[in-house]
Amino acid sequence: MKLTKTVVMTSILALVSGAAWAQDPIALKLGVLNDRSGVYADLSGEGSVIAAQMAVEDFGAADKGMTVEIVSADHQNKPDIASNIARQWIDSDGVDLILDVPTSSAALAVAEIVKEKNKIVMISGGGTSDLTGSKCSPNTVHWTYDTWALGNGTPTALVKEGQKSWFFITADYAFGHALEKDASAAVTAAGGEIKGQVKHPFPGQDFSSYLLQAQSSGAQVIGLANAGGDMINTVKQASEFGITQGGQTLAGLLVFITEVHALGLEAAQGLMLTDAFYWDQNDGTREWSKRFAERHGGDMPTSVHAGVYASTLHYLKAVEAAGSKETEAVMAKMKETPTDDPLFGKGEVRVDGRATHDMYLFKVKAPADSKGPWDYYEQVSVIPAADAWRPLDQGGCSLVK
Amino acid sequence: MSGNPTDDTPATPAVQNSEDRRHYMLLFVGLAVLLVALPYLVYPVFAMKVLCFALFAVAFNLLIGYSGLLSFGHAAFFGGSAYVTAHAAKVWGLTPELAILAGTLASAFLGLLIGALSIRRQGIYFAMVTLAFAQMVYFFALQAPFTGGEDGIQAVPRGHLFGVLSLSNDLTLYFVVAVIFMAGFLLVYRVMNSPFGRVMRAIRENEPRAISLGYQVNRYKLLLFVLSAGIAGLAGGTKAIVFQLASLTDVAWNMSGEVVLMTLIGGMGTIFGPIVGAGIIVSLQNYLASQGSWVTVIQGVIFVICVLAFRSGIVGVIAQKLRINL
Repeated sequence: MKLTKTVVMTSILALVSGAAWAQDPIALKLGVLNDRSGVYADLSGEGSVIAAQMAVEDFGAADKGMTVEIVSADHQNKPDIASNIARQWIDSDGVDLILDVPTSSAALAVAEIVKEKNKIVMISGGGTSDLTGSKCSPNTVHWTYDTWALGNGTPTALVKEGQKSWFFITADYAFGHALEKDASAAVTAAGGEIKGQVKHPFPGQDFSSYLLQAQSSGAQVIGLANAGGDMINTVKQASEFGITQGGQTLAGLLVFITEVHALGLEAAQGLMLTDAFYWDQNDGTREWSKRFAERHGGDMPTSVHAGVYASTLHYLKAVEAAGSKETEAVMAKMKETPTDDPLFGKGEVRVDGRATHDMYLFKVKAPADSKGPWDYYEQVSVIPAADAWRPLDQGGCSLVK
Repeated sequence: MSGNPTDDTPATPAVQNSEDRRHYMLLFVGLAVLLVALPYLVYPVFAMKVLCFALFAVAFNLLIGYSGLLSFGHAAFFGGSAYVTAHAAKVWGLTPELAILAGTLASAFLGLLIGALSIRRQGIYFAMVTLAFAQMVYFFALQAPFTGGEDGIQAVPRGHLFGVLSLSNDLTLYFVVAVIFMAGFLLVYRVMNSPFGRVMRAIRENEPRAISLGYQVNRYKLLLFVLSAGIAGLAGGTKAIVFQLASLTDVAWNMSGEVVLMTLIGGMGTIFGPIVGAGIIVSLQNYLASQGSWVTVIQGVIFVICVLAFRSGIVGVIAQKLRINL
């Protein structure tokens, strides 16, 4: 219902501004560029294509005089392949908007190409906060999450809950370092204390010695500043050591629901994490996620899928309002119109390209509390949009005056 | 590589007479014509990517085809040069040709260091030693402050060639890359057919005999290794300018594996084989990108078919059928 209301609202807006209806149908081509074969295929992959298709259908593009074609490709998490596809899409295939782009290096590379060619990229899967910071671009919109929000979200929320002393297990590469730095700063700022930290080689297999160190540090929370396979292995081994049963809290800084699905609740129970979206939050998310799962072999959407849906929807609205697909006009509309969709609620696209919305602190349920597959999270607290994202003046983005 | 070398490596072409020389001239002219036509047939950036990988495979083939040394660490030179080139162009503000030159020299130097230690061993030990060094380079690229960790060096400017000719146009850049490729390729051809190349062949066929004839075998091998590393660096540096980025993909061990695959599919020890192999592998990755995980499956199937059905590679088989050297 909310959706139709917005659509009506924007249509009226478009009518009032007098731009839209006189013109020929607008032909749009959207490219979903993500990992379709590697480690991020589950959390982005084909699901993101489905999400984009659903956005086009829910928006009713056909009835509004728009023809929208969606293409997709596998960048194999390699920035050079990603940039090659992006160039080719824009130069020879006439793609107007590139979506998703997981893996920070690929996202940065594509953002650079898109800026050079003056098209638009809306990132959902890529995480680096540099996209809206030192490497920001007038052609980039960053949805769903970023490393700053994750590094801050979980620590701040947990310290507020009284979990004050922290120990970090950090992947020894730039991503891990950045995450730990942001998270430590957040812990200290919220009045917590850092008991210690240990770096593990990337990628790692055996985390027992780090976990034992973390256990004996006596810290209330063990923060995992790693991702993907490293994070999964750490959580598995932590459950074998009985760390959460021993009273310590395990907090993953970058965890997606597909990873919890892979871990199973037995191993993952009690894990604290921050995410932008969970399918079972309200009627809007449930309704959408059910439709999504029907088309995605029964698998529930990740926050990345939700982000692709929401960003596509916002883009289509902006095109409609602008009455053209011309980049400057559409970007201006996207930044001046508040975002509103059933999945992320209300928010805005800031001048630096960051889309803001509430974030949530979740706790993974114990097997006994779960009603079945994908019933994994219980919501602990809401991180309001105002606190969830890096303040505009701290990103070092040149677009912020 | 002991035993009968023709089993492991197909007959390496050597220009013996004027007839051979003439058919090579024709083939080179044909290649040059193809290079000129290519950007009008396919997307220029894709064409440049093929050329960069083709040059990389040519460099790799120079080493294995002429010394029988299977390096499993060539990504170190390819990616190392990409990083140096990207850094030189972006941070030091060098023009692209100087940046690529810096990258090439850096990887030749790296080749000298790694080569000096690894050519003391042969066969699987040599492969493992080079792999170990390449992993060190990978680790360095992951950790060193100037490489940008897993984000790599992004937004490398293409700049102006010799400070005057803007390379931001894809077609202009393509022809620069084509010239670099052709120069590197002809250099390899020249090396293969020089007195040095003949000595290398003698060493590969029978090392003790070459030693007994008074050749300093290790010096020859080292020089070949450095040449191969330098040309791989030339390819990597060019790629960094084309894609405007240097990333961990370029130094990862998968890249070392990919170049072996390209060379084997095209035809190890043939002159044109690596080019064909690179063209096939890069095309697969590019045109099957929308098929997702099928890319790796198809690559694997092709590799298996190649190894089982025509071990001397595509060009090798054609050369045998036509009874000419290619």
